[in-house]
Amino acid sequence: MPEIQFREALNQAMCEEMDRDPDVFLIGEEVAEYDGAYKVSQGMLARFGPMRVVDSPISEAGFAGLGVGAAMVGMRPIVEFMTFSFSLVAFDQVVNNAPKMRYMSGGQFKVPIVFRGISGAGQQLAATHSWTVDALYTHVPGLKVVVPTTPYEAKGLLKTAIRDDDPVVFLENEAMYGNRGEVPAEEYLLPFGKADIKREGFHCTIVAWGHGCLTALAAAEQLHKDHGIEVEIIDPRSLRPLDIDTIAESVKKTGCCVTVEEGYPTCGMGAEITAQVQEKCFDDLDHHIIRVGSLDVPMPYSKVLLNHVVPGAQRVAEAVKQAIYFQR
Amino acid sequence: MITLVEQSQKVEPSPAQMMDWYRQMALIRQFELRCAQSYQQQKIGGFCHLYVGQEAVAVGSIAAVRPTDYIITAYRDHGHAIARGMDCQSLLAELYGKASGCSHGKGGSMHFFDREKNFFGGHAIVAGHVPLAVGLGWAIKYRKEDRVVLCYFGDGAMNQGAFHEALNLAGLFKLPVIFMVENNGYGMGTHVQRASAVAELKLRTGDAYGIPGKHVDGMDCLAMYEMTLAAAQYCRAGHGSLFIEVKTYRYRGHSMSDPQKYRTREEVAKYQEHDPIGRLEKLLRAKNLLDDAKVQAINNEIHAHVEEAHHQADMAPFPQTQDVWKDVYANPYGPYKS
Ligand SMILES: Cc1ncc(C[n+]2csc(CCOP(=O)(O)OP(=O)(O)O)c2C)c(N)n1
Ligand SMILES: [Mg+2]
Repeated sequence: MPEIQFREALNQAMCEEMDRDPDVFLIGEEVAEYDGAYKVSQGMLARFGPMRVVDSPISEAGFAGLGVGAAMVGMRPIVEFMTFSFSLVAFDQVVNNAPKMRYMSGGQFKVPIVFRGISGAGQQLAATHSWTVDALYTHVPGLKVVVPTTPYEAKGLLKTAIRDDDPVVFLENEAMYGNRGEVPAEEYLLPFGKADIKREGFHCTIVAWGHGCLTALAAAEQLHKDHGIEVEIIDPRSLRPLDIDTIAESVKKTGCCVTVEEGYPTCGMGAEITAQVQEKCFDDLDHHIIRVGSLDVPMPYSKVLLNHVVPGAQRVAEAVKQAIYFQR
Repeated sequence: MITLVEQSQKVEPSPAQMMDWYRQMALIRQFELRCAQSYQQQKIGGFCHLYVGQEAVAVGSIAAVRPTDYIITAYRDHGHAIARGMDCQSLLAELYGKASGCSHGKGGSMHFFDREKNFFGGHAIVAGHVPLAVGLGWAIKYRKEDRVVLCYFGDGAMNQGAFHEALNLAGLFKLPVIFMVENNGYGMGTHVQRASAVAELKLRTGDAYGIPGKHVDGMDCLAMYEMTLAAAQYCRAGHGSLFIEVKTYRYRGHSMSDPQKYRTREEVAKYQEHDPIGRLEKLLRAKNLLDDAKVQAINNEIHAHVEEAHHQADMAPFPQTQDVWKDVYANPYGPYKS
């Protein structure tokens, strides 16, 4: 299987879907002539022309809404936010117009749109530019929220997102764009709502996705090497719909659970997963579920502060040790 | 079209003032070059947007307002902070993520703040601060104070909803705000003409919001001073807001990682011929206020000053990790600890 970068996987998904369906187009800031602020749309303007790969002024509310309007008459827009931190100036379009149109119109309108771009802290961009928006958007009925961890998932899930008849928030991470992974040469799609077991184990379940999943994998490797602790990592891939069954099955086996996210713990994804796991696994839990997330403060600029706020492998490993009552 | 000042009322800046502006512009430029170096040495992280080429805008305009007037700008804020008199050491310390930084290491390049100097930031969301300028203007009018607000933003910011809502409010309430667009030709890699339905930006406010639009050459420090002085008088007299389109140019990339494929070297060189520092220097030489030796001496002095600030900032301690909890709420440690 060819090995490609995460950003190339996204690029392939968009190009294949644009070849397949003339109603698919990409709009966002610097996506066309600049080839994408993070080079995800490299070469797409040359291939599809300026009506299908569209540079927008810095008008997020405007072009997100443009996308929703076009989707209402059956087009399939891919709206790129340079980062999801900037989606917040278009919040109304993403949380109201896109996800509620079908419902409010009694099913007369569908909104098959993808909002994609990077989310997450870690780049020293300070408080306004470092949003992890997983929980914000998963909160909203009518939206689907997808977070790929590998290039393979990035391509398969993005193709599914573009074909989906409902609005999808598709969350990428700047630190992962250069990551490489195997991607089949032949076409494939990956379903939403189907978790992936990223690592098998029996001592403790970790639920983690996206960049946080890479942190969890690093922690699992360390725990295995240092202490022979075998962690099972469940990657939900989509946060809404959430494959709680696969998570619960794992927790029933291990008897404990740690959630890892880069967003905030208060009303975060970990809180939601914790609630759902205890509903299904109350009698199986040997320890309360532990949520690992960013500290509950705005993101600071200074690297020493930021490294303290965003969870690393060390904090995940400590949480696992606590959850399994590990005594050295 | 309103006239801001009668020709006879024009104030000729003194030699001392002009020399001061020359020094400030030279300081900003050397400061920015130091930043570029420190960024490469990874002493600075995150995004860092340099002001090289645009120095006359901040220096000329801030010289025309009073220390009690309010200043607010976007993320390309180093020049405005220096022109407002903020100390290079506290700015570099901020860039290096140090506790002694002007925002205690919490803000970085895009978020310089100084309450005492009436410098209200440094704001990273494009146009997000323009409504804040209106709020500052509102407070001034409400409290019947003798102040004005100087609000800077880029050409790209004029395509945000927040900008238009803010201008309508300022026009409606007749608030003492000078809106200054630093039209440097580009928002990242997008030329103004590819982003704005009307390329002449001053036409986009004027009659639409009842805010007169003016136009000034931002490569000319004296013109900036004159225009801003007149604008401030207009606002202080209670006439309401003004919009000024400043034509300027940035020599460097948008931020530190910009291959600049959207423009040619020739284009940059063409603008550098009208360099704001070179232009003022020429004038000062003609007035016998500067010669080769003086230019050299000033540059050496500034270089030593910047290097000393860099050294001090570099040696300064990082914040303590527990400081992440500080300043989230009024209570130093918020609701987390008592
Ligand atoms: C709402 C929002 N969208 C996008 C960005 C990313 N961004 C940062 S600066 C910039 C270009 C702004 O150009 P302009 O306003 O002309 O200012 P200049 O950089 O030229 O000073 C963009 C798109 C942002 N910071 N905020
Ligand atoms: Mg600009």
